[in-house]
Amino acid sequence: MNRALRIRPTAYQAMAFILVFSMAFPLWPQRVASVYAIKNAKIYTLAGPAIEKGVVLIRDGKIAAVGADIAVPDGAQVVDAAGLEVYPGMFDPVTQIGLNEVGAVGATVDTTELGDFNPELIAATAVNPASAHIPVARASGITEVISAPGVGGFDSQSSGIITGQASAFNLAGWTMEDMQINRSVAMVLNWPSIQTSTFDFSTFSMKEKPYADAKKEYDKSINQLSDWLTRARHYAQAKEKGSPDLFVRDLKLEALVPVVQGKLPVLVVADEARDIRNAIDFCGKQNIKMILASGAESWKVKDLLKEKKIPVILGPTERLPEQEDTAYDKPMTQPSELNAAGIQFAFSSFGTSFSRRLPQYAGTAVGYGLSHEEALKAVMLNAAQIFGLADQLGTIEPGKLANLIVTNGDPLEIQTEVRYLFIKGQLTSTDNRHKDLYEQYRKRPAPAR
Amino acid sequence: MKFRILLALLLIVTLRPDCVRAQSSGAPANNPILIQNATILTITHGNIEHGSILIRDGKIAAVGTDAKAPDGATVIDARGQYVMPGIIDCHSHIAVDGSVNEGSVSVSSMANIADVLNPDDISIYDDLSGGVTTANILHGSANPIGGQTIVIKLRWGKPASELPFQGAFPGIKFALGENPKRSNFTLPPGVEARYPATRMGVEETIREAFIEARQYKKQRDDYNRKKAAGDQNLLPPRRNEKLEPLVEVMEGKRYVHAHCYRADEILMLLRVANEFGFKVRTFQHVLEGYKIADEIAASGAGGSTFSDWWAYKMEAFDAIPYNATLMTERGVVVSVNSDDAEEARHLNQEAAKSMKYGGLSANDALKLVTLNPAIQLGIDNRVGSIEVGKDADLAIFNRNPLSVYAVVQKTLIDGEIYFDRDKDIAARPALEKEKQDLLAKEKKASEEKKASEKPEANPGKKPDQKKKRPPSVENGAAAVVGGGR
Repeated sequence: MNRALRIRPTAYQAMAFILVFSMAFPLWPQRVASVYAIKNAKIYTLAGPAIEKGVVLIRDGKIAAVGADIAVPDGAQVVDAAGLEVYPGMFDPVTQIGLNEVGAVGATVDTTELGDFNPELIAATAVNPASAHIPVARASGITEVISAPGVGGFDSQSSGIITGQASAFNLAGWTMEDMQINRSVAMVLNWPSIQTSTFDFSTFSMKEKPYADAKKEYDKSINQLSDWLTRARHYAQAKEKGSPDLFVRDLKLEALVPVVQGKLPVLVVADEARDIRNAIDFCGKQNIKMILASGAESWKVKDLLKEKKIPVILGPTERLPEQEDTAYDKPMTQPSELNAAGIQFAFSSFGTSFSRRLPQYAGTAVGYGLSHEEALKAVMLNAAQIFGLADQLGTIEPGKLANLIVTNGDPLEIQTEVRYLFIKGQLTSTDNRHKDLYEQYRKRPAPAR
Repeated sequence: MKFRILLALLLIVTLRPDCVRAQSSGAPANNPILIQNATILTITHGNIEHGSILIRDGKIAAVGTDAKAPDGATVIDARGQYVMPGIIDCHSHIAVDGSVNEGSVSVSSMANIADVLNPDDISIYDDLSGGVTTANILHGSANPIGGQTIVIKLRWGKPASELPFQGAFPGIKFALGENPKRSNFTLPPGVEARYPATRMGVEETIREAFIEARQYKKQRDDYNRKKAAGDQNLLPPRRNEKLEPLVEVMEGKRYVHAHCYRADEILMLLRVANEFGFKVRTFQHVLEGYKIADEIAASGAGGSTFSDWWAYKMEAFDAIPYNATLMTERGVVVSVNSDDAEEARHLNQEAAKSMKYGGLSANDALKLVTLNPAIQLGIDNRVGSIEVGKDADLAIFNRNPLSVYAVVQKTLIDGEIYFDRDKDIAARPALEKEKQDLLAKEKKASEEKKASEKPEANPGKKPDQKKKRPPSVENGAAAVVGGGR
């Protein structure tokens, strides 16, 4: 915080800035400027070599120009980023942000609906734009996320099979309409794993069940899943070719139509190699587009993932190996193994409060062999490509959404600070609940004795 | 998904069964070891570039730039690497056999974690791989007064009897707030609610127990006094295993490690401690410690917290990543703990977060996982810094351990190498081959068995319907359970 805010504002703009930075829980900045120029920065565009000292010009929410010799137009709000570095904002592609406020308080959690098949549910419907998690994640450089219903993570439990549609949104805005990037980027499918050992919360212990029973449950789930997809195909046919008078709208089947038509990918949550193989086989036979999520044992299925061109949204590197005889460092070396095998992957927190650890997960993978460049892509660009959003996000190129971070160093390093953050071309505060409590309590006078 | 479940934070359950990963046979303890050419982060005497550490009989014999290898010494060339004191995790549930919670009663001080140490828990090795050498093993937080705790060294491969940190103070776990209230989960059918269910009840439970303990201590002291005075007609008071640890707390012979979150409940326990004349050694988690850091500092208690966990339950909603820094600034001895076998693998990274959040110095950040937890556990005369005479418990990283890119290369306890990354990697092909051979053998055996059971193998003869099925794991397990009942 030694570096002063080096901005050259007009009087009006200065007032607006004071307003923005004095808000206790800022949601979205006032419309202070439509043109920004970040200058004197080292720019990592992720679309080519880094620009040692250049300008990023932002106009009307988008990147207008980037390069070493870009003229700064009159009236532009200038951010002097000398000594700082500019990157695309980070993208956390599987979270429960906005759906989960306080993990243990059910009233604040909207992650998981009752029932096993809920394709009609859409995360964006229930994302709370005022969630305290949003500014906290932002402060660590996360500019956009995907929230996925029904996906378990660090602070919530998974349940259900088809749990709804995942939504991509920017981490700033007054309403979801402001924030939304794409309401439906994937259908979430918690792959029904053959689980002989499950954790019982009522007794806080592991419960074992015979393999035959587990397999029977699995087969039943897969049959149900197949049925749903078959019915969705019939539904699509009926809608297209059947009599409009006899057609009855069905929200669940309607939601599955883009899946069976191959337009909406399925985000398959699976960890064990057996489950991943089964899911790939299933999606292949059903002719539906698959994105693997979590994928703890992706390394065992590398050839298949490569052959079928299935991208992976990797769960945190901070986890223990799946099996007792797996190498202790497998979760940390797996990203570099997948990269070497030519498999497209992105890092993700799979969490809410842990979203801010996204750069730490990527940095850890670099310690264990992944190149720094690939790690940056895996937190900034790859998820955008995987979910078909790379025309808007992921690199600093003209025409893309101006979601940017300006840091005082390597964004994957723990001590690095995000000095400025732009979302949709607006300079957005990195203040949050934590900073606010910090400021409040550090001023507490010593109590009287 | 087998992610960590933070929901209740009662405990962390290892999902993987026990097993043995690459065993590292440490260098013999009596052989001197010289670590040379390293950057040494001593914690107490600054950093030494191109430094060396001589280890003799498991202790640090010399630290400096000119220590020479004596005859017969094993030399570890740590050129370009960093040596820091072995990481001390002040809140861990690894190496515990079975459940860590005795949840049936509100006061479970009779239960002792030392009775259930499991040296085969793979988490020991996992945490060694993160440079952890010492851990405070606690019960869960199901009870206002929980079980007795033990400090261990992560001597992977040694029997349970060799895990305890000899000379470390015994402790006891207390727990305040949502977990002892049991407010974050639904009780299974048939299980009755347990008192307490409010923070008021938690306080009352602890006071009630200490009133009992005080009475018990009085009986015992009276007996001892009269006996010493020569009274022959005495019956000793009945020994009470629940109250004895609490008497030890009042006598200052046992540390209280109190799980807590909210500022009000922390002040509550300080009042109770004051009433009964004992000290709280550490407040664990203590996520709102920053709100009352002066009061904690004045009590002499330490604070052992998380780096940046928050919002997983209501009492963690005011948690801030500046907590460690703020408490440190107000004079509290602070450590950053894991509470989790995985989190323990990167406590160096977690410590580094306090530099970002609140601007702690690099050395103070490292103290959060070395000297400070050593002070909190009363073992700072033995571990926590790199000084002559201290135990040779060391972690060697390939880079500065405060960097996210740093990877542990070796972990030493008492001068023995318990984790060696190169050796671990080198052992993998042989382990994989062994596994594949065993699988092939098992497959062959089961195919042969199948073949011999085929009806075609005995033409003209009906398959033997009465033939017993080979005992399956499930059947075997069921038999054991049945017999046990």
